[in-house]
Amino acid sequence: MITYALRRLGAGILLALLVTLITFFLLSGSLESVARERLGSAATPESIKGLMTRLGFDRPAIVQYLDWLGSVLRGDFGTSLFTSQPVAPAVAARLGVTLSLVVTALIITVIISIALGVWAASRGGVADKISQGLSLVGYIVPGLLIAIVLVAVLAVNLKLLPATGFTPFAQNPAKWAASITIPVIVLVIGGVANMAAQVRGSMIDELRKDYVRTLRTRGIPTRSIVLRHALRNAASPALTVLSLEFIQMLGGALIIENVFALPGYGQYAFNASLQGDIPIIMGITLFSVMLVVTVNLLTDVVNGWLNPKARIN
Amino acid sequence: MSIEELSIDPGLAAPPRKSPLRRLLKDPQALITSALLLVIIVLGLLTPWIAPHEPNEAQLNAINAVPGTPGYPLGADQNGRDIASRLLHSINTSIIAGLIGASVALIIGVTFGLIGGYFGRRLRSATEWVFSLIMTFPGLLLLIILMPVTKGDYRATMLIFGVLLSPGIYRIVRNLVIGVKNELYVDAARVSGLSNLRILSRHVLFVVRGPIIIAAAFLAGSAISLQSGLAFLGVGSNLVPSFGAMIADGFTNLYVDPTQFIWPSVLLGTLTASLVLLGNSLRDAFEGAKLKPSKLATPHVQAQRRDAGEARSDELLSVEGLVIAYPAPSGQLNEVVKGVTLSLRAGETLGLVGESGSGKTQTAFSILGVLPPEAVVVRGTIHLEGRNLLGLKERELRELRGREIAYIPQEPMSNLDPSYTVGAQLVEGIRASARMSGTDAKARVLALLERVGIQNPQRTFDSYPHQISGGMAQRVLIAGAVASRPKLLIADEPTTALDVTVQAEILDLIRDLQAELNMAVLLVTHNFGVVADICDRIAVMQNGQVVESGTALELFHEPKHPYTQMLLGSILDEHTVRTDPPAPVAAVVGERN
Repeated sequence: MITYALRRLGAGILLALLVTLITFFLLSGSLESVARERLGSAATPESIKGLMTRLGFDRPAIVQYLDWLGSVLRGDFGTSLFTSQPVAPAVAARLGVTLSLVVTALIITVIISIALGVWAASRGGVADKISQGLSLVGYIVPGLLIAIVLVAVLAVNLKLLPATGFTPFAQNPAKWAASITIPVIVLVIGGVANMAAQVRGSMIDELRKDYVRTLRTRGIPTRSIVLRHALRNAASPALTVLSLEFIQMLGGALIIENVFALPGYGQYAFNASLQGDIPIIMGITLFSVMLVVTVNLLTDVVNGWLNPKARIN
Repeated sequence: MSIEELSIDPGLAAPPRKSPLRRLLKDPQALITSALLLVIIVLGLLTPWIAPHEPNEAQLNAINAVPGTPGYPLGADQNGRDIASRLLHSINTSIIAGLIGASVALIIGVTFGLIGGYFGRRLRSATEWVFSLIMTFPGLLLLIILMPVTKGDYRATMLIFGVLLSPGIYRIVRNLVIGVKNELYVDAARVSGLSNLRILSRHVLFVVRGPIIIAAAFLAGSAISLQSGLAFLGVGSNLVPSFGAMIADGFTNLYVDPTQFIWPSVLLGTLTASLVLLGNSLRDAFEGAKLKPSKLATPHVQAQRRDAGEARSDELLSVEGLVIAYPAPSGQLNEVVKGVTLSLRAGETLGLVGESGSGKTQTAFSILGVLPPEAVVVRGTIHLEGRNLLGLKERELRELRGREIAYIPQEPMSNLDPSYTVGAQLVEGIRASARMSGTDAKARVLALLERVGIQNPQRTFDSYPHQISGGMAQRVLIAGAVASRPKLLIADEPTTALDVTVQAEILDLIRDLQAELNMAVLLVTHNFGVVADICDRIAVMQNGQVVESGTALELFHEPKHPYTQMLLGSILDEHTVRTDPPAPVAAVVGERN
C-alpha cells in the first residue's frame, strides 16, 4: 500500500511538472504584451525591450521555466508583476476561500447523492422516478441561471441571506455559513445531478449480482444487503466519479465566486490572467494541480480501503 | 440446443427490434426537443435578414427602451442595443461554440479511442496516460489562465475546451473498440486480409456510431453552457453578442427591466435543456432502455388461490402446476416454466435434469423466492411442510431461508461478496438465521469450514474471496448453506464451474452432509453423470415442462421419453459429455425488461 501510494505520488509530481511546463510555454508567447500592459500608455518599443530584459523575459522559455522551478523548489513562488505582492500567501488565502466552498458542497453532495441513489435503486417505482427527475432538472438548467435566480429570490426579495460578500469562518462561523449558503446550493444541485445518477447506476448493477441473491437465501435482512454489501461494492466506481466531480466543482466555483463576489481563487486567477500576471498564473496553476493530485491520491487510498483487491496489490 | 428451446428464450422470442431512427420518431421527447432546436437554428441562420439592428449598434435614445418600442420589439438594453437582434446573434455564437467544442472533442476522442482500443498494449497505455492527464485538470481554470494565449476569442477557447472534453469520448470509444475487436466478424475480416484502416472504418466505426451521436448532443450542450458562463464572467471580447454577456447585463439591470434578463436566460435554458433531453432520447433509441431498479422482493404472484393444491402431509416440498413467465417487450407474458409439478420427501434427493433454458433454475429460484424482479408466477403452488410459499412477503420468507431452505449456487466466485472476508460473510449468515453471539458464530463457522474439508479454517476465515480457489469457494458456500441445518437444500449446478477432479469431491461432500443432517436435496443439473451418482429420484425437464420422472433406477434402465433417451445416450459416450456451462440466468431471462 505504501509503495503504491508513493508511486502515485511520483506520478502526481510528474503531472504537476508537465502541466506547469505546458502552461508556461503557452504563456511565453504573450510575454511582450505583458510587458506592454505593465508599462501602460508610456510604453515605447525601447522601454518594452528594457523591461523584458529586466524581468528576464528575453531568455529562452525553457531557461525561464527552469529558473521558476528552481525558485519554487526553494519555496519562493515569486511576486506579482503588477503589485509586487508575494504569490504563495496570496494564492493560499484565495484557495482557502474556494476550498471552504467546494469541500462543503462536496460533502453535502455525497450525502444527498447516496441517499437519493440508494433509495432509487433499492425501491424502484416512484422513488426512482423522483430521483431521476431531480437529476434531470439539475442537468438541464445551467448552474449560472440557478445561481442568479437564487440570489434574486433568497437574497434580494426575501432578504434571507446576503447576496454577495464573504465572512471568514474564523471570524464568525454563522456569518460564514450564511455567506456561502447560496453558492453551495448551486454547486450541490449540479453535483447531485451527476453523482446521484452514478450511485443509482452502480447500485442497480450491484443489486443484480449473484452474491446478493445468495445473501438473500441465507436469510440476511434486506437493509444489510443494500447498505452493508451492495453500497460498499457500489462505492468504488462512484468514488472515481466523485474525484472528477471535485475537479469540476473547482471549475464551477470560478463562475459562482464571480456571481457572489467571493474572494476566492477564481476571481484572483481571472484578474491575473486579464493582466497576464505570469507569476500569479503559474502559482495558481501549481497549487491547483497539487490539489488535484492530492485528491486523486486520497481517492486511491479510500478505494484501497473499500476494495480488498486494490489493498493487497 | 434445439429450435424449441431457443424459442422459449424471451430475448430471442421477442419481435426484432426496430431501427433507432424509427424509435426516435415515435418518442415525443425527441420530436419536441428536435423541433425546438430546429427553430432556434433556423432563427440563427436567418439572423442577417430578420434582425432589425446590428448586435452592437447603440442608440442613445433607445437606452432601456421598453418592449414594444417601435423598432425594438423586445426593448433595448442599458447601452441602447436592440435585445431581439442581440438574441438572434447570440444564437449563432452559441451554435458555433457548440459545434467547435463538440467536433474537436469527437475528432480527438474518436481517433485516439480507435487507436488506443484497436492497436497494441503499449500504444494504449501511452494514450491512456495522456488522456488521464487531461482529465485531471480543472478545465475552466485552464481556459481562464490561457486568456493571454486565446486573446479571449471564444472560438479559440472552445477549441481548447474541446480538447478538455475529449477524454470522456476517448474512454467510450476505446471500451467499445476493445469489446468489438475480438468479435468473430472482425477476426474474419482480418483473416480475409482487410487492412486495419478498412476494418476500423467499416466494422468498428459502425459499432461506435450510436454512442458518438449521443455524446455529440451532450458535448454541444456543455460547450454552450461553458461559453455562456465564460461570457458572463467577461472572458472574451464584449463585442461578441452572447447569452452569457446578455445575462450579465440583464442581471445588473434586473430591477429596471427584468425581461432583459429573462429572454437570454430562457433561450439559453431551452437550448441546453433541449440538447440534454435529446441526448437522453438518442440514448434510449440506440441503446434501449437502461435497467430499471427494483426492490429486492419475492416474485409477483398472479391469480393466487390460497386453497389450491393442498400438499400431502408426508411431503417436505411439493410444487404443483407452477407457471413462471417474463414480460416480453410487447407487454405479453412469455412462459418459461409451463406447469411444473415436483415433490420431495424429507431426506430424499431429487435430480432436476435438463439443458440450459429448460426452466430448471427458474423453478429452483421460485422455491427460494429469489426470481429476478421481472418474473411473474402465473399459476401454481409451492408448499414447504404444508405451507404455501408463494405470496409470502420477503420478510416472511426470510424467516425460512437459511433455517428451512438453503441454496448452493453454480458459480462460486461471483456468489461471495468481494468486499468482506469469507468469515465475516458466513458469520453474518449464521447470525441472521440463528440467535447467537459473535464468538459462538465464529466458532461454529470455523467448525463448519473444517467439516467441509478446508485444511486451514482460520486462514480461509480471514481470506477475501479473491484469495481462495474456486473449489474452496464452493466449499465455503456449502458451509454457508448448511450452517443452520436446513431441511431442504437446493443446489443449482453445484459442480458445473469446477474442475473435474474437484467435482467428485464436492458431490461426495454434499452426499455426506445430506446423510448427516438428514436434508432433502434438490439437485439442479444438466449432467446425468452427476445425477446417477447421488439422486434417489429424477425429474427430466425440457422446454419448461417435466417430461419424465421416476426413480433413478427406472429412468436409467427404461427411459420412456425420447428426450431422456437422448440425454442418456449422450452420457454413455464418453466423448460427448457436456461440459460447457449453461447460459447464465441473465441470458435465459433476457437482460432487459
